[in-house]
Amino acid sequence: MFDKYLINAASVHNTGPQDAPDGFAFTAKLGYYRGLGLSMIEELTVSVGGTALAREAVRFDEGNGPLTLDQMETAFDRRWAFGTEATILVAHPGGFPAGEHKLALRQKLRVSYLPFPAFNNDEKTVAL
Amino acid sequence: MLQRWASLVMAGTVKRGVSLYSFQEELFLGQMTVEDCVAFAASIGANGIEILPEQNIATFPNVSDAEVGAWQEMVARHGCELTCYDMFLDTKLRRDHVMSDDEQVESIRRDLVLCNRLGIRNMRVLVFVRPDILARCVPYAEELDVHMGVEVHAPWHIEHAWILRTVEEADRLGTRHLGLLPDMGIFMKHYPPVWRARFEREGACPEIAQFIVDQHEAKIMAEYTIYEVAVKLKGNPTEVRMAETLRHSPYSNPKRIRDYIPYFRHIQAKFYEMTPDARDPSLAYDEVIPELIAGGWDGYLSSEYEGNRWVQDVEAVDSREQVRRQHVMFERLLGETGRETA
Repeated sequence: MFDKYLINAASVHNTGPQDAPDGFAFTAKLGYYRGLGLSMIEELTVSVGGTALAREAVRFDEGNGPLTLDQMETAFDRRWAFGTEATILVAHPGGFPAGEHKLALRQKLRVSYLPFPAFNNDEKTVAL
Repeated sequence: MLQRWASLVMAGTVKRGVSLYSFQEELFLGQMTVEDCVAFAASIGANGIEILPEQNIATFPNVSDAEVGAWQEMVARHGCELTCYDMFLDTKLRRDHVMSDDEQVESIRRDLVLCNRLGIRNMRVLVFVRPDILARCVPYAEELDVHMGVEVHAPWHIEHAWILRTVEEADRLGTRHLGLLPDMGIFMKHYPPVWRARFEREGACPEIAQFIVDQHEAKIMAEYTIYEVAVKLKGNPTEVRMAETLRHSPYSNPKRIRDYIPYFRHIQAKFYEMTPDARDPSLAYDEVIPELIAGGWDGYLSSEYEGNRWVQDVEAVDSREQVRRQHVMFERLLGETGRETA
């Protein structure tokens, strides 16, 4: 319902030493009309140039400190609030590749009243 | 003055309100605040405000007394009142198992308590919540004086066997705190033009789109149409998806809603699009509202605009204008137009 608004393309930046970045980060919103507990966010799949990065490379921080996706599964006291940006940190040696590339985010949510998982997809062209 | 007001209520006056769900596009994008929504609702005479705490209160579920007070003060400042609390139930909170019955009851009780603290007397219960779980919550609902209304949402309809289980529980317990909460999406008389237009933009050919619309117009059962489109017409994936929306597009008989008036106190006035001359091209409000009036129902028709997701690919969403048009229609159907204001 909000797919095209998920990734904040202007927020993409490299992390780690400036001359040898070890990853990149960006902010994004949850594609849902309400907030959701972090334990119900099953996957945050980040792709660069059409290639999905490893689940272990992704961490999430809604403002209370970064968590791996495995740690999110038991973060029962934390929520991704409606319409708010969280930071998604990606371990990626060299940082976001130079030049223009597609950055994609796929969110897989466990929404209790749906018989199947909910998927949200956004893709933005980013040039660092 | 007071007597006149009382006589109006006695006669059964359908009231107009708005759910904050209607402004999800602008709220999500930070283009409106909750107070902007309330002020807008007040400006069109829709003084009943339905909220989704999990959308509208960032600190949910740990909402302080100060926040509760600020909400009540803000709503009162605009001459409005809080009408309904939309609950959720995260039965799949954990990856490896579904919530136990006790946990479900405790989660619903948590919402009943917050609903009561906010001074709200109606709680919208998601349709998938089991009637026997709700029966266990009735003592809490009675103590807190909150009506639990199971959302009668498409593809369910008012006399679906699952919905009737809740009615049976309410009768068995002899309670006035468990019942229904109809969502007007169950009265889809015509296929929504905004749905069709979106599918055509995504690659449905006009001929197959027209076939699907015609099949819906004729009220042909969805599975026939889906098979026709997917197999006989060799429809593309978009055309098949469009045909599959028919599974969720029932036209429930408007004449039956009167029989269920004792069971509901609030209505979610779902809509997808209003025309510039303030008509709903899809949902049969012109048939449902006369039944509510005739039955003396006096709850809120609470706007629930859900058209944003169908048009946001080609135009800026204007939820205020859509809601405004729906209320022009309500005023007309409720006979308010031209009525002397007290």
